[in-house]
Amino acid sequence: MVEPTIDLLIQFGIMFAIGAAMAMAFVAISHLLSPKSVNPSKGEPYECGVVPKSDTRAPFNVHYYLVAVLFVLFDLEAVFIYPWAVSLRSLGTPALIEMFVFIAILLVGYVYAWKKGVFEWE
Amino acid sequence: MSDPVAQLVFLIVKAVAMPLIIITMVAFAIYFERKFAGFFQARVGPTYLGPWGSLQSFGDVLKLISKEDVIPLRSDKSVFKLAPYIAFVPAFLVMAVLPFGPVGGEPNLFGHRFDYVIANFDAGVVLFLAMGAIAVYGVVLAGWSSNSNYSLLGGLRAGAQMISYELAMGFSAAGVMVMAGSMSLVEIVDGQKGAFWEWYWIPQIVGAIIFFIASIAELNRTPFDMAEAEQELVAGYLTEYSGMRWGMFYLAEYVNMIVVSGIISTLYFGGWRAPFESWNVIPGPIWLFLKICVLIFIYMWIRWTIFRYRYNQLMSVGWKVLLPLSLANLAVTAVVVSVVG
Repeated sequence: MVEPTIDLLIQFGIMFAIGAAMAMAFVAISHLLSPKSVNPSKGEPYECGVVPKSDTRAPFNVHYYLVAVLFVLFDLEAVFIYPWAVSLRSLGTPALIEMFVFIAILLVGYVYAWKKGVFEWE
Repeated sequence: MSDPVAQLVFLIVKAVAMPLIIITMVAFAIYFERKFAGFFQARVGPTYLGPWGSLQSFGDVLKLISKEDVIPLRSDKSVFKLAPYIAFVPAFLVMAVLPFGPVGGEPNLFGHRFDYVIANFDAGVVLFLAMGAIAVYGVVLAGWSSNSNYSLLGGLRAGAQMISYELAMGFSAAGVMVMAGSMSLVEIVDGQKGAFWEWYWIPQIVGAIIFFIASIAELNRTPFDMAEAEQELVAGYLTEYSGMRWGMFYLAEYVNMIVVSGIISTLYFGGWRAPFESWNVIPGPIWLFLKICVLIFIYMWIRWTIFRYRYNQLMSVGWKVLLPLSLANLAVTAVVVSVVG
């Protein structure tokens, strides 16, 4: 335990290694114990007994994409808010007002998305 | 023994003990979930294996491990194999930042300082949110790589739901950051000195409730379990998984539940602190354990009491209610903190 940054790398590295090792051990033990039999119909995707008609690599509802784009916008906002939240006491009132302006600008986009019906799922 | 060596020994002890304790808790959480499900529905739940059926989970693990690992022929095989790991491993990194006792201060063990946290990380809350975002990949990739219609729908639903609720979760956590002036979980607990009425759950009650609701959606539990709604999607993104790969998703769900309960206790309910100052003679890990147990009981209570919402209800609650409410909570907190100081 030498220097803070290297310490953190060691600490997270150990936790990651333990988690990954545990997961790999589960799969490895299961490979040793489990039966193996190959059967073409076993490898078919499950569709309640019906033979699958088409591949699933097909276009799907654009709504998911819109939600993901909005998520990226607001998560970026959150990333800007965190450092501000931590140092709000030392920054004082000007920082508070600036952040309200920032949030207000993003809220315009939020209201627009709401009116466009991005949050309506049918 | 020099101090760096002692710290390394402590680190290895903590890093081995904590996952083991949490995995054991998972085994009993699964048992209690089934037992409670039984009681809630006027059944008895598992009874055969061990006293009152308490060894049921260990039997289940043995069964899962000895089951065949079927990989669908038309699936994207490498992604299909990778997805359970992506769902399982991130929770272990969150365990590292979860404080379960006092950190820093005087040497307290064999002349060395034993910190009751694996990694005293400055941005613990951000790490927790980031790992929550990585867990979304596990679910979406599992659904997509299976190349089955049920899996694809389940994975997409889960992805959209988890990212929607992650926003509300992040903004309500920002309220705590404003109050504590820190993103470090250790310092957030330090900010909640004193008895239970001095913890952050009273000033941040709105944030705490939003965080809790969002965490149910993040964990894909009923009433927000659209991702694996068995009546419509068979098992959602898990449909094509079998054997221990399925078991890893199942374990990951419960590991995440315990870790998220720990994070909620730390952010809002004083972490490892006792509800009264004088009760601090009982060590911190026990208090944290009790708080986690209470929260897990509430998760189970909700799961077996409230039924599933529709998907459009879920999305409109997340985007139209929780997100504006958490932003308002943050704004009010910020104004109060800068006026009062």
